[in-house]
Amino acid sequence: MKSLRSLRHLAAFAAVAASAVLSAPFARAAEPIKVGEFACLTGKDATFGQSQHKGILLALEELNAAGGVLGRKIELIAEDNQSKSGESATVAKKLLSRDKVVALLGEVTSGRTLEVAPLAQAAKIPLIASGATNPAVTQRGDYVFRVCFIDDFQGTVMAKFALNDLKAKKVATLVSVSSAYSVGLAKFFKETFVAGGGTVVAEQKFSEGDKDFKAQLTAIKASGAEAVFVPGYYQEAALVARQARSLGINVPLFGGDGWESEQLLKIGGEALNGTYYSTHFTPENKEPEVVTFVKKFKARWNNETPDAYAALGYDSLYILVDSIKRAGTTEGAKLRAAIAATKNFSGASGVTTLDKDRNASKPATIIAVKDGKLQFHKTVAP
Amino acid sequence: MSEFLQQLINGLSLGAIYALIALGYTMVYGVLRFINFAHSDVFMVGSFIGYYLGKHIPENTVWGGIVILLGAMLGCALLGMLIERLAYRPLRGAATLNVLITAIGVSLLLEYSGQVFFGATPRTFPAVFPSANFNFGNLVISTNQIIVIAVAALLMVGLQLIVYRTKIGTAMRAVSLNPKAAQLVGVNNDVVISFTFGLGSALAGAGGILYALNYPSIDPLMGVMPGLKAFVAAVLGGIGNIPGAALGGLLLGTVETFVNGSQWSTYKDAIAFAILIIILLFRPAGLLGKFTVEKV
Repeated sequence: MKSLRSLRHLAAFAAVAASAVLSAPFARAAEPIKVGEFACLTGKDATFGQSQHKGILLALEELNAAGGVLGRKIELIAEDNQSKSGESATVAKKLLSRDKVVALLGEVTSGRTLEVAPLAQAAKIPLIASGATNPAVTQRGDYVFRVCFIDDFQGTVMAKFALNDLKAKKVATLVSVSSAYSVGLAKFFKETFVAGGGTVVAEQKFSEGDKDFKAQLTAIKASGAEAVFVPGYYQEAALVARQARSLGINVPLFGGDGWESEQLLKIGGEALNGTYYSTHFTPENKEPEVVTFVKKFKARWNNETPDAYAALGYDSLYILVDSIKRAGTTEGAKLRAAIAATKNFSGASGVTTLDKDRNASKPATIIAVKDGKLQFHKTVAP
Repeated sequence: MSEFLQQLINGLSLGAIYALIALGYTMVYGVLRFINFAHSDVFMVGSFIGYYLGKHIPENTVWGGIVILLGAMLGCALLGMLIERLAYRPLRGAATLNVLITAIGVSLLLEYSGQVFFGATPRTFPAVFPSANFNFGNLVISTNQIIVIAVAALLMVGLQLIVYRTKIGTAMRAVSLNPKAAQLVGVNNDVVISFTFGLGSALAGAGGILYALNYPSIDPLMGVMPGLKAFVAAVLGGIGNIPGAALGGLLLGTVETFVNGSQWSTYKDAIAFAILIIILLFRPAGLLGKFTVEKV
């Protein structure tokens, strides 16, 4: 009996000693800082996730080559959500609870970022979205940030573009009802467009995954629209363009940053001539930061030209690491405060200053498709 | 009026593809009395065969298009026969539920091996046939729509001829009527069933090419929705009935297109399925299906 009790004491002592050793600061010094990324690396919107991931990887390699941050290396744990709704929440839970990441990066689409935002908020782990433009994303809580502009601004830019550049008074919209991004952008577009004296003559809808838009486009054709606003993602936009042209709709089509993908022209082909979209970035920009970024990106990724989401992904990790440096810790609340204080951060996607709503305010670039090529049209300052 | 006619053409070209896939469901149901859920994935494989063949065959030529179409049909026929041989034949005589679950398993196997072998990212389907638009006043018809409707009509007539005018067609109908009796009069059931799978899968392969021609972005999960719609079309027309499947497909495609072009486009699937429920309430065996009393 006595020997048993002493054995129990011994076990208790061993446990205490072990935990003391494990929690000692010197044992943790060399451990890397874990950063989680969720992205649509495969599936319908794959180029969004691929671009973001390549941008983040480039930033990661540069930062680690320069010695990391706080004397520790950075470790990126990337998870794929297959462009499916529901999947982002699953992978984010894994990153938060099993990998214990200090911050989350991603995503390009608003709908899938909205899935993760409440989880990050509840876990008090900062989330920095690369290209999620719907205003609701950062309204989910004070741990949610983004490094891109929001759809209030983008919708206004495109409405003014339709009125002043396209000289269109009658516009039809074709909106994906299952995408928070598409519905939001169409709403902001309509507000400014109608206030500016335009009329929305047809409001047609489709659902995520649809590939046949001929019925909606036939109705749009009958409405006599002078231009068609398609705030969808690139695959939908390209298919819409092809089907519109095959139905004899030859008026300009235009959309938002969801069109930004190297796949757009591959799927759409020459049907895209005479279309326009707004985005965050153009590799033709002559700012020194952009020129250096394009050069480094091409060298790292087999001469591939970076798109907006590569630049935003690249900046999101740099802003995070800059904040960790300023906070001097990776602890959630202090890191959150440091990210919120980001000011005049000059990066590949322009200058990032996070406002009190944790949004960045950046200029929008309008791209025109002419002769099967993307051409810089103009930049609109916020 | 021209909007109505345009929608009708759009609807018919979508419906023709549904009809082609529906034929495969209905034929297999006719001889084996079970739903081959892997059928929609054979359709997907058909598009991918076209995609890979398209890399070696010049685009925008009529002969190239025909070679791709026939290649996909042949490839899918072989795949369909292989699936039947490996997955369904060992279960012949087992409970229908077991075969049904196996079919779902084969479907998932094809979808996810497709993601491994073809990659999960959507691919751009090449323009295999030369394309042009014809204008009739306000009405625009593209060559792709004409090709879809013409090829589908041709294949359906061909199928009807095979089933009603050839020896193997007679054997198919015999097996469908009573497999045991067919065997007694010297029909080799295995050959007939294998042939049925081959024929149905070839039609799915053709459907895959025609679908990809009109919606040139293909991925390993592309078969799921068209497959479901085609299944509904087959039930709508009367499952096991070949003209019924064609009628169901055309009807469903047209209704879906008209709803899509209206203000209620968000409800398009709900309306399509509501029509199915209503038709089945009044005609439980489908539009052209014969209602038979089960003898106990």
